[in-house]
Order: sequence, then C-alpha cells, then structure tokens
Amino acid sequence: MSDKTMEVKESFGAALSQVSTMEELEKLRVDYVGKKGLVTDLMKEMKNLSNEEKKTFGQKVNVLKNEIEGQISAKREELKQREIELENSRMPEFDVSIPANLSRGSYHPITLVQRRCEEIFKSMGFTVEDYSEIVTDYECFESLNIPKNHPARDMQDTYYLENGQLLKSQTSAAQNAIYKKYKDALVNEGKPIKAIFPGRCFRNEATDACHENTFFQMEGVMVDKDISISNLIFFMKTMLSEVFQKDIKVRLRPGFFPFVEPGFELDISCLICGGEGCPSCKHSGWLELCPCGMIHPEVLKAGGIDPEEYTGFAFGLGLTRLAMMKYGIKDIRDLNSGSLKSLAQFTEDK
Amino acid sequence: MFLSMNWISDFVDLSGLNKMDLIAKFSLSTAEVENEIFFKGSDISGIVVAEILSVEDHPKSKKLHLLKVDAGDETPYDVVCGAPNVRVGMKTAFAKLGAQVGEITIAPRELAGYTSFGMCCSEKELGISDSNAGIMDITEDVKNGTDIKELYEIDDIIFEVDNKSLTNRPDLWGHYGIAREFAAIAGRELKPLDVADLTKYDSLEKVDLKIEDPLCQRYSCLKFQNISRKLSPMNMRIRLFYCGMRGLNFLADLTNYLMLEMGQPMHAFDSRKVESIRIKRFDKPFTFTTLDGIEREIDENTLMICNGDTPVAIAGIMGGLDSEIVEDTTSLTLESATFDAASIRKSTVRLAHRTDASMRYEKSLDPEMTVTAVARFVKLLTEFDSGAEIISSLTDEYAFKYDDVNLTFDKKFVDKYTGIEISNDTIIKTLRALGFEADVENDNFTVKVPSFRATKDVTIKADIIEEITRIYGYDNFDINTAKAPLYPVRADVEKTDEDNIKDILVKRYSLHELHSYVWQYFDEYKQLGIEVEENVELINATNPNIKTIRNSIVPTQLCQVKYNTGYASDFGVFEIGRTVEGLNAEGMCDEHKKLCITLFSKTKEIEQLYFELRDMLAVVTDDIKHRNLTFKKIEATHSYQHPKNLNEIYCDGVKLGCIGIVNSVVSKKIDKKASIVFAEIDVEEFAKITNASISYEEPSRFPGIDIDLSFLSNSFAPINEAVNNANCPLIKGIDVTDIYVDESGKSITVRLYFAHPERTLTKEEVLEVVNGIVADLEGKNIKLKFSFTI
Repeated sequence: MSDKTMEVKESFGAALSQVSTMEELEKLRVDYVGKKGLVTDLMKEMKNLSNEEKKTFGQKVNVLKNEIEGQISAKREELKQREIELENSRMPEFDVSIPANLSRGSYHPITLVQRRCEEIFKSMGFTVEDYSEIVTDYECFESLNIPKNHPARDMQDTYYLENGQLLKSQTSAAQNAIYKKYKDALVNEGKPIKAIFPGRCFRNEATDACHENTFFQMEGVMVDKDISISNLIFFMKTMLSEVFQKDIKVRLRPGFFPFVEPGFELDISCLICGGEGCPSCKHSGWLELCPCGMIHPEVLKAGGIDPEEYTGFAFGLGLTRLAMMKYGIKDIRDLNSGSLKSLAQFTEDK
Repeated sequence: MFLSMNWISDFVDLSGLNKMDLIAKFSLSTAEVENEIFFKGSDISGIVVAEILSVEDHPKSKKLHLLKVDAGDETPYDVVCGAPNVRVGMKTAFAKLGAQVGEITIAPRELAGYTSFGMCCSEKELGISDSNAGIMDITEDVKNGTDIKELYEIDDIIFEVDNKSLTNRPDLWGHYGIAREFAAIAGRELKPLDVADLTKYDSLEKVDLKIEDPLCQRYSCLKFQNISRKLSPMNMRIRLFYCGMRGLNFLADLTNYLMLEMGQPMHAFDSRKVESIRIKRFDKPFTFTTLDGIEREIDENTLMICNGDTPVAIAGIMGGLDSEIVEDTTSLTLESATFDAASIRKSTVRLAHRTDASMRYEKSLDPEMTVTAVARFVKLLTEFDSGAEIISSLTDEYAFKYDDVNLTFDKKFVDKYTGIEISNDTIIKTLRALGFEADVENDNFTVKVPSFRATKDVTIKADIIEEITRIYGYDNFDINTAKAPLYPVRADVEKTDEDNIKDILVKRYSLHELHSYVWQYFDEYKQLGIEVEENVELINATNPNIKTIRNSIVPTQLCQVKYNTGYASDFGVFEIGRTVEGLNAEGMCDEHKKLCITLFSKTKEIEQLYFELRDMLAVVTDDIKHRNLTFKKIEATHSYQHPKNLNEIYCDGVKLGCIGIVNSVVSKKIDKKASIVFAEIDVEEFAKITNASISYEEPSRFPGIDIDLSFLSNSFAPINEAVNNANCPLIKGIDVTDIYVDESGKSITVRLYFAHPERTLTKEEVLEVVNGIVADLEGKNIKLKFSFTI
C-alpha cells in the first residue's frame, strides 16, 4: 500500500511543477485533497486493511496530505508573488519630461502690485480704503485747496460728466472723506489717521505706449499730533525699501501740489544702476517716483481737522507705473487691453 | 526756461564755487533742472579780433575774396573768404591756425588755387546767434589779436529749468529772482539791481492813461524818443540767444532782455498810436490783428489795451500790428503792467495763444515790479544809446494792491513741522537771504513776506516751513519714525470679500482677471450688435467713441472675449469694476461696484457651461458667507441677453445680480460655435450679507435611513420646498440623484437622509414624514413615481 502513497506523491509532484496559474493550482488541490481527490481515495481504501496496516498506512496518508497541502499553499504564495511582479512589470515608465499642464488662472498685474503694497501698509497699521470713481468737484479739487481757476487745474485734464460730477483725476479725491470718517477717533480717542486708498483714475488725454486715460494710483495719508517732515522722509524710505525689497536711497526736491505744503517730488536711486547713472535713469542716477508732502492746513481744515493741533503727510504712488516697472511691461495699454496673451502670465506673486 | 550762469553772476558773486554743484543744489532746493547742461563756448578757442587790411576779388570765383588780415601778429595772414560783407578796415572774428570752431580745427586750406591761413567767422559759426549773413562785424574799438572771449561773454553755462516746477513761483521767471535763490543757497550776497533814477523826469508831462477795468492791477508807462541804435550790443544778443530768444532789433531785444532778467513783460508802442491809453473790455466780440499778423477773435471777456476806443494790444498776451514800432516811429511808449492772472490764463486758453508774456502773467506777477522794471529799462537804454531821450514823466496807475503778508510763528511750530532742530539763527538767515524781513524774539518769529512772494505763493506759516527747509536741504535731515499710539486695524469687509472672490475664481476655477474701461465703446459694441444704452455722458471726451458711461460690465467684457477667441478653446474671465446706473435722486451718479464673469467654451454645451458658472457663484457665496443662492427667472431687457435662462440671483433675501446666456446674435458675432454665459453681481450688496456662522452638529452614532423618491416634476424647486415645509429635524439632507425624461415626462429622483441623534430610527416614523411630503406635492399636482428605501 505504501507504494500507492509514493505513486500519488510522485504524480502530485509532477503535476505541481506544471502549474502556472491560480486556477490550475485550485484544480490540482481538488484533484488530490478535495472530497473526491486521490488522497481521499487512498483513505477510503483503508477499510480493506488490517488494523495493524491501517495504523501505519493511515499515518502515511496523513503525512502525504499535509505535505501536499503545504506545497499547494507554498505554490499559492509563489503564484501571488509572481502575479504582483507581473503586474509591476506591466506598469509603463512615464515620461516626466513632458511639459506640465498649468491650467491656471491669473491675477491682473495691478492686483498683484496693489496687494503687495497693501500688505506693507497693513503691517504698519494702515487701513485700506476704497472710494468711488465718480466724484464731485469739491472732492477732487475744492477740498484739496484747488479753487476754480487755480492753475493746478490745468495740470490734469479731467473728464467731466453732464451732471457736473467728474471721473476722479487723482486718488486724492478720497482725502476729504477719509479725514471726515476718522477725525472723531483722532480727536476723541487719539487714534492717528493712517490710511491708504488705491484706486482707478482718469485723465482726458490721447493714449499711446506711455499714456493711458485710465490708470491706477495709490495714495496714503498719516495724520496725528507732531507728524513731521523727518517722519515723512523716514516713512517713504522704509516703505519704498519694502516695495522694492532692497535698501532704497531717496531724495526730496521741492514740488508744487496745492494740497501739500511743503510739497515734494521724491526721487529714488535708480533701480537698474543703483545711482551710478544708466540709460533708464537718463544718466542721472535717480528716478522720479512719487509726489508727497505735508498735508496743507486748508486741506486738513476742509476735513474737519484743526491744523494748529494736527499735522500729517500724504503721498501718491503710481500703481500702474510700479506694475510696469516691476514686470517690464512696455506698453501701458496692455493693462486694459484684456489680452490674455499678455495678462494670463500673471499668477500669484508674493 | 533756459538760464545763463553769467547773467545770474551779474547779481551774485559766485566766484570760487563749483557751478555744477550749485546747479545740483538749486534743483534740490528750488526747481527741477533738466539733465542736460550746456557748456557754451567750450568748443570755441583761438578766435581773435582781426582787421581786414585788403580785399581782392578771387580771379576764378565770383564769391570768394582774397584778404590780408591783421590778427595782431607781425605779419598779416592770407585768407580766402566767401562772405559777402567783407570790406577793408572791417574788424571781424578770425580763427587762427589751430583754432577750434565747433568740431573743426583750423588748418591751412586750399580754396580754388589759393591757400587760406585761417578763417573769418560768422556769429552762427561761433554759436552765439543764428545770423549767418556774413562774417562778424565787430564795432568795438579793441586791439587786433584780442581773444574774442575777452571781448564777449561767449563762455557760459546754460541750464534749463522745468517750467512746470515754477508754476507757483512768479518771482523765478527772470534771472534776478533765480540769482536770489543762488545767493541763498551759496550763502552769498544778492546785489541790488542797477536802475535809473526816474524822479528827475517828474516835471515832464504825464502820459494820458486810465485803467477802466479791475482786471488791470497796475499800469506804468514812459515815453521816449531819439532812439538811434538798431542792433543790440553783442553780449545782450548772446544772452538772449543762449536763453532761446531770437534777436530782433535793439528795442524789441531790450524789452525781451528785461523780461528774462526781471520776469516783467514789457511792450513798446509807437506813441502816435497810443495817445490816450485806456485799459478795458468790450461789450461785443470783434477781430484784432496781433503783431504776428494773425487775425484773432476777441470776445467780451478779453482785456484790451486801447488808444481811446481803438484796441492796440491784447493785455498781457500780445501787441497789435497797427501800433507796432515801424521805420518812421520817432517816439515810443513803454508799457510795464500787471493784470489779473486768472483772466490772462483764460484769455490765453480762449485764443489758444500762449506767449512768453502770458506765461508769466498767469503766475500772478508782483505789481511792485512794474516801476522798477521801467527804471531798469531806462538804465540800460541810456547806457547803450546815449542819444535816447525820456519825454514824459513816469505815469503809473496802481489800481490793485496786494495786502502785505505778515506771519508770526514760534520755534515750537518749526520743530513740530520739521521734526529736527534748526537754529533760530539759521531760520533768520535763510529767510532774510530769500528777501523776507524776519526777526525773532524769545523764540517768537515775525516775518514780512516780500511783495514778489506775496501775490499767492507765500500766505501761511506752512509756506515759511518750506522756505526754511528747502534751503536747509532735505538731504541734511535726520530721519525718524513717528511716535504714534498703537491700535488694532480691522480689515474692511468689502475689501476682504473682493480679495477672497478673486482668489477663489483664480485659484479654484482658473479664471483670468481683466481690467477694462468705464465707458461704453461705441464702435466695439456696434461690431458685436450690442446697443449703447442711454446713461450719464462725458461732456468733454476728445474721443466720441467713449462718450457714454457703462451701466454694466458684461458688454465691455464681451468685447474682450471677442478679442481673445483665438487664445484658447475654453476660458473664463472676470473683472471687479464700476458701473453707473443713471442718476440718483440727488442728481449724483448711481455708482456700483460689480463682479462680472464670462465663460467661453468651444467644447462644452451651453447647459453644462451655465451650470459651471452657477456653481462657481454658489461656491463663492458658500465659501465667503456660508450661505446659499436662490434664483428667480426674469425677462431679458438688454440687447446682449438671451431671452431664456436669465435669472436673478438672491442671497439671504438680497438681490445680487443676474446670470444668463449671451444672446445668439451677439454670441455668433463673437464666435460661430462657442457657448458663452455671463453673470454680474453687485460686490457692495454681496459685502452687506452677513457671514452665517458654522453650526456644528454632532453626527448621529445610530444608523440612519436613506430614502429615494422619484417625482414627475419639471423643477426641483417645489420638491425642495415641500421637504423644507415638512420642517422635520430628522431630515439631515437632500440630494438630486437622477433626472430623466421618458414618455411620462421629466422625473427627478431625490434622496432624503434621515437620522436621530439618540436612537435608531424606525421605518414607520420615517415613512410618516415621507408620506406627508408626498401628499403635499400631490396637492400641487406633482406625482410620486416610486420610492425606494436604501
């Protein structure tokens, strides 16, 4: 009888070596250790044996069964492993060198520059104010110490509307409203007025690569007791160094603007050559950047603030000009063109 | 305005100082100097005075002459010269061999067979006038061989000041005022003007003069005769030329010279044409020919100088042709006057004619200057033409006098404004150098503003600060941060909302932010078949294409979409910008800040694109306000809107704007096949919506029940309403899981989620709620097709 177990063992070994799939393995399992399998058949043959023989034969069959089951499960693991390996080998190699798909939106370059400036001012405790684009003559001129027939009105060609209002020609048009908004807090609570007001301005002029009738400025004011020219220079230097992210040299020249006294033109050391002189600063080493000055007493008065007690400074920054400088935009008209070929290039810029 | 360093040096001794440094300081302390500085005469050397000893015709040339020239050396020079004005005994400018004339270095030169050992020069060749008619005719009695630069002021430094930076400084429109600044900057003394004493003519008859109009502030005049000099002295002509004025004749040059020196425009009339000077305006418009020969329309607002009732000059702008000095003029009347600045400015604009005189009058000239200018004129006239006679006494009518400006302030005020320490001594010295009368006692300053600064320029204490600090030098300031109390700063909701909206649209939806213009572009709208809608108009737009202000961003944005159709098959753009919806009750523009979004697609169906946009708005609202949007169908009212699927957008009961499809006519003009949808919402209204708080609910630990219900309904809205009406706390949510159309109509399948926080739900209690909802809908004729408990 032991020959029979040997036979079964040998035939199983031969069959197992032929197995290459899970299905074949399962079939082999059923064929040998299933209910009607060859090993089970051997068990059934035991009834014809003597008790003595039964004992040794039974033991042999059990050993065989365990052996076969062990080999099947080992084979199963092996097949599983092979399957994973096969699957892995089927995975293609990707070509990561192909260009990335940057399906993304874009911010207008003015938004980017404006946000950068706002961040700087907010960090210094300034509020960011918004103001309408259509304003009154009082807001844009009268309250800023620019009475009718003042030569300063010649400096800017203003778009007038049929109802007597106008498209604001300067962000300063918001000054009066801002003083009125915060003067009580200034006087009663001692809170200094610190505000910036970015906005769109309009000038009635022909457009070309350097001139636009619609552009952005940002104005800022600070009013408190004892605000001085020394503070103004310090502040402008600090602020501009933050804007351009390098140490900026500034210089002030007298400048005439009716709403400030004294008024200044502020130059910064040329960003390209650092002051040595180069074509972009016309070899002067300086770039004229922003008008500023001590707020004119009449302007404070018009805002309900006593100029004997309070002083302040104001400054204007051309956001459009800043954006053009920062990104090397050569034609100002690109900004309002709506051309995605130009504008879609401007993504978040921190 | 061009300025001459020589001229300035007439009035202040700047010897030993670096002129370029001074000019740079002037630019930082007074007015902007243009970058380019001209070193006149630097390219001229070796030119001497020489006498022509003989003139022979050139045998082979009609034009050329053969000269022998005495240049002060032992032997005369042989010179070949082509000038027509050569004559024996004439003294001229002679460039010897090795001399520099502009870019030319003089060397022996062959001219038609003869060698020229040097060159006789014209004024133009020396760069001192534009006269090229012949070689220089030097009338001064000087030794031959004298360097021409010793004879004339050819070497000079000329710099240009930006006129705009002098707008507020009437005193800086002449060299004397500029010299005052240089004196203050350099710490040197300003010399007084050398003027004639006019009192000695007091016994002479006065000119018949009457100011009949308040627009004339002061009118001073004087009569002359026997002026024989025709050509101005060379040095005077050089200065005028260097400063950009053409030399004319002695008299005209002298008035121009006075204007450039003192900033006071002057005019000389033929006395026969101005026997009785009247200054007035006329009731009716008329035409008047100015001395440039141009006929000009004069209206009733323009101030005129008249001879009786006959106009002879436009006050402050230009003289008339009829009263001009002519050949047989024997006596002349000199005008030195001031007029109302605003009136001159307006007349200039009306006439579209700006002159050197009107440019100065516009700045509010000092009336105190008129008589000084006459006295200076007399001084120079009699110096250069000894035969000239004064035949009237000074006639001066002073109708309008500016008030004296006296200011007082204390040291504390200066300290507070400047933030630095400037000594009392420096303050007083600076102010006095600038012509102010200034005194200090116990830190209290009293200042009298000089008349030439008191016409409008310096009126308040703060103006004095500027005078002190600009001369002190802003570069010399110690700079310090402000000492101000600290308070928290709260960000503005509208501003924050705006930033968040932009971030969501750019970062989540890949939209592109654009900017456009605030008006309706007539041409562009027309191309797309969009009507320009009636709205507030600009009254002075130079471009008729942009007359009307926009009432919506949508059409402007559609024009930009049209521009970009080649950019990509699918894209979305947005702008936060302004619109005006007519006038409000107070007559003011009803201005709004709007967010406008347009989506363009050549690959998506219109419905898909529409829902993309709707979901975008819903996400924006959910993200920023934690609220839902609702929609209400409306009729199209604008030419670009499609009649269908136009919906008003609401949030928390507030109308925000609308969403819609672009009208097929417009859409096809943009792109034949593309789908285009738009939405516009009011950002200010959006900002007003309060931010709903997040209400946290503990998720139930007990199993819930989900039920699908399918209704025959055209819209989800009534189903949602019925579910809301059930007002059952067990309902935790509702979703639309399927929409389909079959022969029985449109069916909508919704899934309701039920749960109880503390126990397992029974099917019965859920069905009771469901039945209620079904019954409610049946009452509205919406039938249940099937239900299914999951």
